[in-house]
Amino acid sequence: MHVSRLTSKVIGDKTTTADQAPAIRVRGLTKSFKDLEVLRGVDLDVARGSIVALLGSNGAGKTTVVRILATLLRADGGSASVNGFDVGAQAADVRASLSLTGQFAAVDEILTGRENLVLVARLRHLGDPGAVADAMLERFSLTDAGGRRVSEYSGGMRRRLDLAMSLVGEPPVIVLDEPTTGLDPQARLEVWQAVRELAAAGTSVLLTTQYLDEAEQLADRIAVLHGGRILVDGTLAELKALLPPATVEYVEKQPTLEDVFLALVGDTSAGLGAGADE
Amino acid sequence: MTTRTFRDTTVLLGRSLRHVLRSPDTIITTAIMPIAMLLLFVYVFGGAIRAGSQPYVDYLLPGILLITIASGISYTAFRLFLDLKDGIFERFQSMPIARPSVLWAHVLTSLVANLVSLAVVVGVAVLMGFRSQAGLAAWLAVAGILVLFTLALTWLAVIAGLSAKTVDGASAFAYPLIFLPFLSSAFVPTDTMPAPVRAFAEHQPVTSIVDAIRALFAQQPVGGAIWVALAWCAGILVVAYGLAMLAYRRRIA
Repeated sequence: MHVSRLTSKVIGDKTTTADQAPAIRVRGLTKSFKDLEVLRGVDLDVARGSIVALLGSNGAGKTTVVRILATLLRADGGSASVNGFDVGAQAADVRASLSLTGQFAAVDEILTGRENLVLVARLRHLGDPGAVADAMLERFSLTDAGGRRVSEYSGGMRRRLDLAMSLVGEPPVIVLDEPTTGLDPQARLEVWQAVRELAAAGTSVLLTTQYLDEAEQLADRIAVLHGGRILVDGTLAELKALLPPATVEYVEKQPTLEDVFLALVGDTSAGLGAGADE
Repeated sequence: MTTRTFRDTTVLLGRSLRHVLRSPDTIITTAIMPIAMLLLFVYVFGGAIRAGSQPYVDYLLPGILLITIASGISYTAFRLFLDLKDGIFERFQSMPIARPSVLWAHVLTSLVANLVSLAVVVGVAVLMGFRSQAGLAAWLAVAGILVLFTLALTWLAVIAGLSAKTVDGASAFAYPLIFLPFLSSAFVPTDTMPAPVRAFAEHQPVTSIVDAIRALFAQQPVGGAIWVALAWCAGILVVAYGLAMLAYRRRIA
């Protein structure tokens, strides 16, 4: 129980900062699947224009939180709001405010990349869906691949298209559920770059990840979900003071191996500009 | 349907029709089995079957049309299952669209694809000598029954697509539906069947639907068969729709 007291203290510091409704606000969220209690009272805030990483091991309940925020799952108790709208009572407004990019790139394999984007633009009732699609292809370096079927795309291209589809219509809140799981290091850097650009443009981002370095690289604040509760929530500096040093050492080791790998396989500076990365 | 639902359904219908167009094999395989049965029964077994005075192909066609629909709707379960598996279903559900339009788009796609398959099968039957003097009204009545039957079975397919665990499970549910016409008046008159089989055959939906369509084609009075047929179709439709909505709500809380 001492852990939850720590949690509420950290959160208490933060709630005073924003006058406006935060991009995401979660209070006492609970959810069980049959006998399994997945969430036991989750508290979480995402301030406008910030990137918050929700860190947790497999099965910690990250995806459950995300699905409740995206109105795909109903919470048992507690409250959650997105852009000031309650996920239960104002689901339609929540859906208009938030875009979800799931763990597995949810793209239509049979359509081309451009058709995927046009489809989403149409469903969001935007004027000139074709122009919206072309702009997105350009932004995510997919212009050349735009006319090809998605089934021919590499994993990195697919994830980029997935992200592009989530950004159509410029929703103010983006939720990325394990955006780099299963990607090779180069594709991972591309996604990171895209997320940084998003936040720079003022979009609020909630990112779930099981990679410590990903949270470290991207997030303004990091919340650790474990045992159905947020164990700690704070900036990287605050967390570093809390976590045992051994964990920090492990975090710092990873980029080194990645540097070696990227040096061996070649171009690391390509970033988003890289074309087909098979 | 609100205008919003209608608009979103149209957009999503365009998407799934594009899927069908890009894998035309789904229409061909849907039509090929019924056509093979048509050939087999007319040219191999047909000579030995006594089914009244009319040419056997005229007798057989209504049942073959129902088999076409039964095999066609399994693609709806297949496509819906893939949408769920690929996560695109959830993407649509998390977007600001009219949610029911996701299911309706699949249902209408099934209707369009099945009507095309049915037209192909009827075309082959005409080449094999099928003739009907039926007027426009009778043809429209036949089309209406077939549309209703397609919708009813498609909503059954939606249940399968929403609740299946594997892709095989999603399409396997259609097999019993494909074989139901064999235990009906579709291939042979029911009088020669042993009593229990006959009792089943005469009280299952296919017999009344086949009899009604056959009477319409032959310009004979349809009698009570058409009402029984319509009642079956409407009943299956309502129950399947209700169960599909239940399966849908269980899937998307």
